[in-house]
Amino acid sequence: MSLLSDTLVLLGKELRTEFRSRELLSSAVVFVLMVLVLFSFVFDPTEAESRRFGPGLLWLAFLFAASLMLQQCFLREQANDTLSALRLAAGDPFAIFLAKLCANTLFLLLTELLLVPVFAVLYGVALLGVFPSLLLVLFLGSLGVSAAGTALSAISAQARMRELLLPLLLLPILTPVLIASTEATGGLLASEPATHWQWLGFLGAFDAVFLTALWLFGEYLLEE
Amino acid sequence: MSLSALSSAGIRFEDIEKRFGEVCALRGINLEVRPGETVVLVGRNGSGKTTLLRVAAGLARPTAGRVSTIAEASGGAQLPLRLGFVGHRSMVYDELTAEENLTLFARLLGTGGRRGEIRALLEEAGLGDRGTSLVRTFSRGMRQRLAIARNLLVPPALFLLDEPGTGLDTQGVAWLAATLRRLSAAGCTMLMSLHGQGTLNGLATRAVRLEAGRVAADSANGVSLASVLAFADT
Amino acid sequence: MKKDALAGVVVFLLLAAAGGAAFFYAPTERTMGLVQRIFYLHAPSGMTALVAFLICFVADLGYVFSRKERWDWLAVSSAEVGLVFCSVVLVTGPIWAHPVWGVWWAWDPRLTLTAVLWLLYVSYLLLRTLVEEPGRRALASAVYGIFAFLDVPLVYMSIRWWRTQHPQPVVFGGRGSGLEPRMRLALFVFWAALLVLMTFLIWLRYRLEALRASASAVRREAEWQ
Repeated sequence: MSLLSDTLVLLGKELRTEFRSRELLSSAVVFVLMVLVLFSFVFDPTEAESRRFGPGLLWLAFLFAASLMLQQCFLREQANDTLSALRLAAGDPFAIFLAKLCANTLFLLLTELLLVPVFAVLYGVALLGVFPSLLLVLFLGSLGVSAAGTALSAISAQARMRELLLPLLLLPILTPVLIASTEATGGLLASEPATHWQWLGFLGAFDAVFLTALWLFGEYLLEE
Repeated sequence: MSLSALSSAGIRFEDIEKRFGEVCALRGINLEVRPGETVVLVGRNGSGKTTLLRVAAGLARPTAGRVSTIAEASGGAQLPLRLGFVGHRSMVYDELTAEENLTLFARLLGTGGRRGEIRALLEEAGLGDRGTSLVRTFSRGMRQRLAIARNLLVPPALFLLDEPGTGLDTQGVAWLAATLRRLSAAGCTMLMSLHGQGTLNGLATRAVRLEAGRVAADSANGVSLASVLAFADT
Repeated sequence: MKKDALAGVVVFLLLAAAGGAAFFYAPTERTMGLVQRIFYLHAPSGMTALVAFLICFVADLGYVFSRKERWDWLAVSSAEVGLVFCSVVLVTGPIWAHPVWGVWWAWDPRLTLTAVLWLLYVSYLLLRTLVEEPGRRALASAVYGIFAFLDVPLVYMSIRWWRTQHPQPVVFGGRGSGLEPRMRLALFVFWAALLVLMTFLIWLRYRLEALRASASAVRREAEWQ
């Protein structure tokens, strides 16, 4: 069937699987929560400090949580060799990646939306007024993380020590996303909130580059 | 499920070599499976049967050589080539129910996956009363039945099976044999590796024995079918 | 053997010439003194590392589309050599910074980029260690290498913009900032020498991979008989 319909069918499968067990979401949420709480506890930041360090901390926590969540992405297809079944049934192998990419972005976004209010409360920053822009930053950032992360998950699934390998592969590659998202979020948290369109545009460019790379090279990652 | 307008497809292996690092699983394989044939593949563990089947399915890319399909339309209809594959693992999702699994694959294959059809297929496979159970709760034999049923959503033109009888009870093997006989009568080409399953041997029109990644004997070359099968487990 | 020795001598002479240029020909920098001469090693090493990683990128593409082992040998060789030059930048940075500015490290844009590059390609080599089967190893690392190199301009841009918005004192000297002609020449000579050294090292490493591969091939032939 067509790329779009296959992607939707596979996306349905990813969502159904996750919402049945909720194991990825819960581990990600708990992890970010722990990081935010512990940092708040250890550093007890002032309002100015929160504004300065908060965005970076938030995004670092999201990145670490993402690298935990992305472990399972292709590993769960190895257990019963369902990856082969998908390769045989789906017309375009990119549908497999696209579906996982959408699912991962969604799961990340959900985690972020759950934890951002916690962050606002613990670190005393006002977020309600800038929520639409914040949502845009979260979306573009999460899309970038998922685009690179889905590909790297497929790569690390072929290696030993994959739980350790994935963060090591992923975090350097996501440096631009970390910088851009932190800066964009920082702009929104400032005493005079400003949307940094430059950084948002940059995130969009990152997403486009990695989506294209995934489209061009993804199928080689499925080969035996 | 109508089998009348089934296309038949054969498969040709030209100088196939498949290496995994130091290990050479297949070497110098030259084989042609004509449309409609039922070829039984025999050989010891590690002789290359699984690798050959995966290369045939397009799952494994050969290190050298070419695999191509020989397509023949019957009944005047041009249908897309359907490949069936039963491997060593179940190739179904443990976290989904049997019905959800089959619906997923039916939708990917473009056959709509209507509930009635899915239920009928599960019934036929002997899983009628476990359709809404998670596959995680299935026994080995039940998973194998589901693995086979997954390939019956759309009648395959070329069916590749890797020791399909493993885990099946007597009724399961009988069902499998009947299904394969029916598909073969409609023109489906079959290449299956067997490990001493008596009933299924009877379906063979040709037998090929692999040894250390090479074709050691082929009943198409004058050797009797029975003798190729007889040396299967020595 | 002879060709190797000759090549080695040429490389050594070039390096010696470059060293001479850096130490004797170029004038002493006004404020920083003798230690500034390490700049002639520091800056070109960074550029050489980038050239090596570019070669790695081309080799990765070559492997993905042709599946010929040679490209994989070139990829790993250039990645390793690039990583060495990257390390030189990261080591000479603090050596230069400490006597002059009193800090061992500063997140200067170029150093930051080099640090990320270092992490990217260390991960590349780590990935290779963890995939055993040579075919998979080559393909997986080739795709990762492609992603890593596509990331490089994005890393560079994000760091530049970030530092524009949060400027820090430029520690390691802007590009060609106030360089006298003699200094420029010394810099150029050093860079040329390093490029030759890079080529030589890649060539040696490539040959090592080629030898390993033919040793395996011989073993396989023997087992086939």
